Amino acid sequence: MHHRLSKVLLALPPAAYLVVFFAVPSLLMLLASFRYPGEYGGLAPWYYIDDGQLSLDLTTENWLRLVESTIYLGLLLKSLGFALLTTLICALMAYPLALTIARSPKRHRDLLLLLVILPFWSNFLVRIYAWMIIFSPQGALSEGLNAVTGLLGLEPVNLMFSSTAVIVCLVYVHLPFMILPLYANLEKHDPALLDAAQDLGANARQRFWKITWPLSLPGIYAGGVLVFIPSLGIFAIPDLLGGTNGIMIGNVIKQQFVEARDWPFGSVLSLVLTAITLMLVAIAGRFGRPKGTANG
Amino acid sequence: MLEIIDVSRRYGEYLALRDVNLRVHAGEFFTLLGPSGCGKTTLLRSIAGFDHPDSGDILLDGKSLLHLPPEKRPVHTVFQSYALFPHMTVADNIAFPLRMAKLDKTEIARRVEEVLEDVRLPDKARHYPQALSGGQRQRIAIARALVNRPRLLLLDEPLSALDAKLREQMQIELINLQKDIGITFVYVTHDQGEALALSHRIAVMNQGEISQIDEPAQLYNCPGNRFVADFIGQCNILDGTVIESHSDRVDVELDGLGRISLSAHIPANLHSGERCALTLRPEKIRLAKQLEANDAELHFRGQVHDTLYMGDVTIYIVELGEGVKVEALLANSAPGRARLFDPGDTVEIAWHADAGHLVR
Ligand SMILES: Nc1ncnc2c1ncn2[C@@H]1O[C@H](COP(=O)(O)OP(=O)(O)OP(=O)(O)O)[C@@H](O)[C@H]1O
Ligand SMILES: [Mg+2]
Repeated sequence: MHHRLSKVLLALPPAAYLVVFFAVPSLLMLLASFRYPGEYGGLAPWYYIDDGQLSLDLTTENWLRLVESTIYLGLLLKSLGFALLTTLICALMAYPLALTIARSPKRHRDLLLLLVILPFWSNFLVRIYAWMIIFSPQGALSEGLNAVTGLLGLEPVNLMFSSTAVIVCLVYVHLPFMILPLYANLEKHDPALLDAAQDLGANARQRFWKITWPLSLPGIYAGGVLVFIPSLGIFAIPDLLGGTNGIMIGNVIKQQFVEARDWPFGSVLSLVLTAITLMLVAIAGRFGRPKGTANG
Repeated sequence: MLEIIDVSRRYGEYLALRDVNLRVHAGEFFTLLGPSGCGKTTLLRSIAGFDHPDSGDILLDGKSLLHLPPEKRPVHTVFQSYALFPHMTVADNIAFPLRMAKLDKTEIARRVEEVLEDVRLPDKARHYPQALSGGQRQRIAIARALVNRPRLLLLDEPLSALDAKLREQMQIELINLQKDIGITFVYVTHDQGEALALSHRIAVMNQGEISQIDEPAQLYNCPGNRFVADFIGQCNILDGTVIESHSDRVDVELDGLGRISLSAHIPANLHSGERCALTLRPEKIRLAKQLEANDAELHFRGQVHDTLYMGDVTIYIVELGEGVKVEALLANSAPGRARLFDPGDTVEIAWHADAGHLVR
């Protein structure tokens, strides 16, 4: 009895946090998605009183607009693709790095981790602008690349304002979010397990695929969520580097709220994004749990 | 079957193994016994292939193992921490070496079932290691190491994480298991009681060297040197000087006790004037208020200095004069009293002239 009470009390602060900062705003957005836009932005009133009679002024128009036009769903799919690709590349790059750090001598690890988080010490936008310089047609990268394409008789490439630029930058920004949880996972592996596997006849490749890899999956899922979700909703990077080709769903949502002043439709798009995110987190949570732990 | 030849291993300045030589016979339960840091794990890891001797050779069935990586050696290890794979069920853990050896599915299933029967855990196949008790994990670790029928099983202090009661039970199981399957065991422990109880033969190690290799009773009764006498069981060590060595007995001047004649277990070619020590187990000493004289025994009178109540027996530390103290013990067969003599009591002690063992 006493046990149950303390459990409830413990769950209270996070639950309150979720209600205040997630459930309530989501409900407001849900309501907003059925309202008409206000004349100068914002929202029109959702009810009016006529002759002392209360009438609702709601519409499903905003949702129909989402379903009828393929633009938004296409953009959503494209953004999902970008985020997925970013997550995959991050995972591929982070794995060897995290493994190297986790297996290097203890006294080197702190320094290596420091190097991983070093970029956080400078401003996010400054780092994006740095990439703009790198990608610009006068930049060394573009000039070098186009010298090669020129020799091969190909069209010169423009790196700036392209999907490639967006993905490169997304990977760059989010890589540490994959490395850190993966490292935290790999570092905890008991080295005796690898000795045991080797003793029982597993060669280096088998040791990796049978022991290290399956044990690291929770780290990959955790890192995957941390990379995928922000990548999916991001607008700053495509804004600055994407041009028209590299645009993502986050840009459209921002446009609806800021430029088009269509808050209800912005809410529709936000809600869809939130729903997709929640679903993916639930899936990741399901697969990300280490085997052999509680089944609840 | 297993031969260790002149193996040495150096860590920087420190010699962890120095000129180790030993032979383990097929089907034997062989134990490496020694205090912490004496090099037992280093030797075991060299056999498994995780460590490489700086010099010497390790032969299995006459062929050197040294050029083989651990995964190619027909030798499996039971690790002290068990090292069960947490993401695999018990059955998958046990099947691991069989899958590595590419056995076919039905054969794997059959063998897993069989070995689970052997360690008496047939209903745990689908459990994860985290759901098992310490003793059960221990048995699974042994099952996993045995299932592929290695030529040699290495066990590094496999019972040290278990409580005393369970440890005793597991010792009995280990003896039976080894007898049933007939695989050669090389067992590492720092617990002399465990070594005596389990082994066919024991190698006592001290600071990277082998002190003595013998059968348990021989090791206990005839320790080859002071270290072995002191390390294995309780032992009185009485220093002295050789007066004269005869073919069937030796006259020794024991410090503080005077001249005595000993008849058994005399090391070869002792010469007069050499320092030596008589090692004498407490249970070989008779202790009473008054003892009748007996020509085959050596008699002394002393004062009880201290007593230690152990439950089944009480240990009496008797001072025989000039700082020479001897431990003797008496079983507490009479009900009630914790001791028969109190500190300060005068008692007589005696032991057979051939009860002790003389070492250099
Ligand atoms: N990798 C290493 N580097 C340096 N010294 C080592 C290394 N491994 C072992 N040693 C040293 O070698 C000696 C023997 O170690 P080993 O682990 O073989 O002892 P042990 O007999 O197994 O002891 P324990 O009973 O405590 O397990 C120890 O003094 C240890 O400090
Ligand atoms: Mg050890």
